[in-house]
Amino acid sequence: MSRTEEHTTVSAETKKIEMILEQVHDPEVPVLSVMDLGIVRDIKWNNDELEVIITPTYSGCPAMDVISLSIKMTLLSHGYKKIKITQVLSPAWTTDWMSEEGKRKLAAYGIAPPNPKQQVCNDKLFAPDEAVQCPHCHSYHTHRVSEFGSTACKALYQCDDCKEPFDYFKCH
Amino acid sequence: MKQDSFIYYTLHLADNALILGHRNSEWCGHGPVLEQDIAITNISLDLIGQARNFYQYAAKLMNKQNAPSPNGKEVGGEFTEDKLAYLRDVREFKNCLLAEQPNGDWAQTILRQFFFSTYQFYLYRQLQESHPDEQLAAIAAKSLKEVTYHLRWSSEWVIRLGDGTEESRKRMLNALENLWPYTGELFVPAAYETDRMDLKNIKEQWAQKVKDIFSEATLPYPAEGWMHTGGKTGMHTEQLGFILAELQFMQRAYPNSEW
Ligand SMILES: [Zn+2]
Repeated sequence: MSRTEEHTTVSAETKKIEMILEQVHDPEVPVLSVMDLGIVRDIKWNNDELEVIITPTYSGCPAMDVISLSIKMTLLSHGYKKIKITQVLSPAWTTDWMSEEGKRKLAAYGIAPPNPKQQVCNDKLFAPDEAVQCPHCHSYHTHRVSEFGSTACKALYQCDDCKEPFDYFKCH
Repeated sequence: MKQDSFIYYTLHLADNALILGHRNSEWCGHGPVLEQDIAITNISLDLIGQARNFYQYAAKLMNKQNAPSPNGKEVGGEFTEDKLAYLRDVREFKNCLLAEQPNGDWAQTILRQFFFSTYQFYLYRQLQESHPDEQLAAIAAKSLKEVTYHLRWSSEWVIRLGDGTEESRKRMLNALENLWPYTGELFVPAAYETDRMDLKNIKEQWAQKVKDIFSEATLPYPAEGWMHTGGKTGMHTEQLGFILAELQFMQRAYPNSEW
């Protein structure tokens, strides 16, 4: 096999694994796959062992162990035998790695997706609320109730038009 | 010996995060309003997550060099993050005394968090930028994003309470009197810190930040004064024993239990 051929096969195989990983979901935000979240950082072959490298969203994310396990189980059920899941911390995960498809799914699910431009990831005090779009009525007329929400990755907002409270997947 | 001191340092970082995280978790279900209850427990979760990363790393280093328990006591079998958190005794914990101080009222919890988050913010920044060990730098970089949130949240609360009502101000001043004598220890290097971190630099930045926020909060910046020390080398206040009794009870009573 020539070098180029080998390269094509490897990337085709990687593509296939990525497709499989689309079926592994975040237990806390079940509408997102691990691919949508952008936490799969690399897929590697070490001889006959398949290594999937993932990174946590937050240091204390309680879902990481479950996610590692479901990645392994899913790959096993697709016939892969030797699987290693490695967690890395650097470079640190950012909401910029979330896929556009993931953002669409989040909004449809009722969670406002992270704004593309990071506005509040600094230590400025009493910063004006980010303009976050209500996932229910699409109004930008919303306000932040608390920057800490139901899970580490979310802030709590309320819509001033339809009055519905909603989660915002905060920038990180 | 050099490696031992590095393991001690990693454990010190882990213990700080675990003990303060545990303290904050005591608020779960008791916060003044639901949103703030959720906020303080979110901060807890971040801190305990950071502690896990440091403990996992310390355990790996200890297993690699077949280290005895940091204070010479055998724990048995491989070291794990759980053993380091649940099976060490008071004297082996290396957290700063500030982290173990009781929650008191909301003002005291807020002020403790503010002092500590300010410290962690500049400490992690230094670790991230200049620490030669890749894994410590990576944990710091990851944690810094979370600490930025903690610092902003606690700063806003210090201002809100200090410059708030007569009652809130009285409570802030009371908290300040209780906690100030525990801030000095943050910058007194233990033997395992001396060749590692520039605490003088962190102290300057910490003091500047505290002065800025206090001036907005119309709180007095106290004189240096006499400071408690000892936590970093295992000489704790009576508080830590009570914390560990609660934290470690299950693992001690029912070894290896899982849930
Ligand atoms: Zn709405």
